Amino acid sequence: MTPLQVMILLFVAAGGTAVVATREPLRQAMVASLFGILLAILFFVLQAPDVALSEVVVGAVALPLMILVSLAKIRGGQR
Amino acid sequence: MTLRIRRVVFLLAGGTLAALMLGSFAALPSFGGSHGAYGPLLDHLSVPQHHITDVVTAVNFDYRGFDTLGEEFIFFAAVLGVALILRAQRGEVVGHSVDYATDRAVPPTSDVVRVLGLGLTPPTVLFGLYVVAHGHLTPGGGFQGGVVLATGVLLIYLAGELEDLHGLYTEAALERAEAIGAAGFIGVGLLGLAAGTAFLDNTLPVGRIGSVFSAGMVPLVNASVGLEIAAGLVLLLTNFLHQTIVLRAPGRVSR
Repeated sequence: MTPLQVMILLFVAAGGTAVVATREPLRQAMVASLFGILLAILFFVLQAPDVALSEVVVGAVALPLMILVSLAKIRGGQR
Repeated sequence: MTLRIRRVVFLLAGGTLAALMLGSFAALPSFGGSHGAYGPLLDHLSVPQHHITDVVTAVNFDYRGFDTLGEEFIFFAAVLGVALILRAQRGEVVGHSVDYATDRAVPPTSDVVRVLGLGLTPPTVLFGLYVVAHGHLTPGGGFQGGVVLATGVLLIYLAGELEDLHGLYTEAALERAEAIGAAGFIGVGLLGLAAGTAFLDNTLPVGRIGSVFSAGMVPLVNASVGLEIAAGLVLLLTNFLHQTIVLRAPGRVSR
């Protein structure tokens, strides 16, 4: 394992913990998006650029967007 | 159950799980030290046999194409499920939401987002098409290219309004495109049967190594998967946005 891989793995571990530790859903969506980018970097460093590409779009953009949109819908109906 | 019993149960279960996992981790092969039997075999097989220079694609769309067909239909079923759950319910109406903060103006989309969104759309679409078309040559393929293509549509929404997307496509057209993409995979697979071998067997001419038109059926499969994923993902986003921005429960429409 190269130092770069170790560093990214530690970042991913910290990112995953941060997602769980964030209790407010809106913030959690943003942290999850950052976590998606970290995962994509990890995949890239581990020589899987194609998986990294999918992860950037799905993990960092599509999933947080769906959470945001769902939150907007739920909160709009609460008042 | 009191807190104490709960804690004891958790410590028992958690401790056992932790011990088992630590034991399993200790028995794992060292990082990057494990090589399966098929990896080296396919490394030496995919280029001479089917002229596929990206071995990951060779595995996904050629040697184990049947598994990928299953994966593609997982996505197809997921999009179908979302469309079913998010369909307009009885009593839901189309309209703008009630403005609860009438004293505050809605901030307009910033010029930076507009310019970047619109400026990035053509390169994103082009890159998506490139990734789909070169799946058998370089890292990427139908799945990756498809999601990049869908991002291009997302950028248009980000730079403008939901209405801007309505001029681009209709939901019916998206559904049709998704179905054609899914059916295309099966259609290409049937070519193998027509040639007298097996379903999804790569029987088409393999062409010159490194050319866009090579690797037999793989570019065709990538194109149909790219169409299915792009259309499916856009359909998914459209459904979510429509449910949030357009549909209202009765009584929540502003006049």
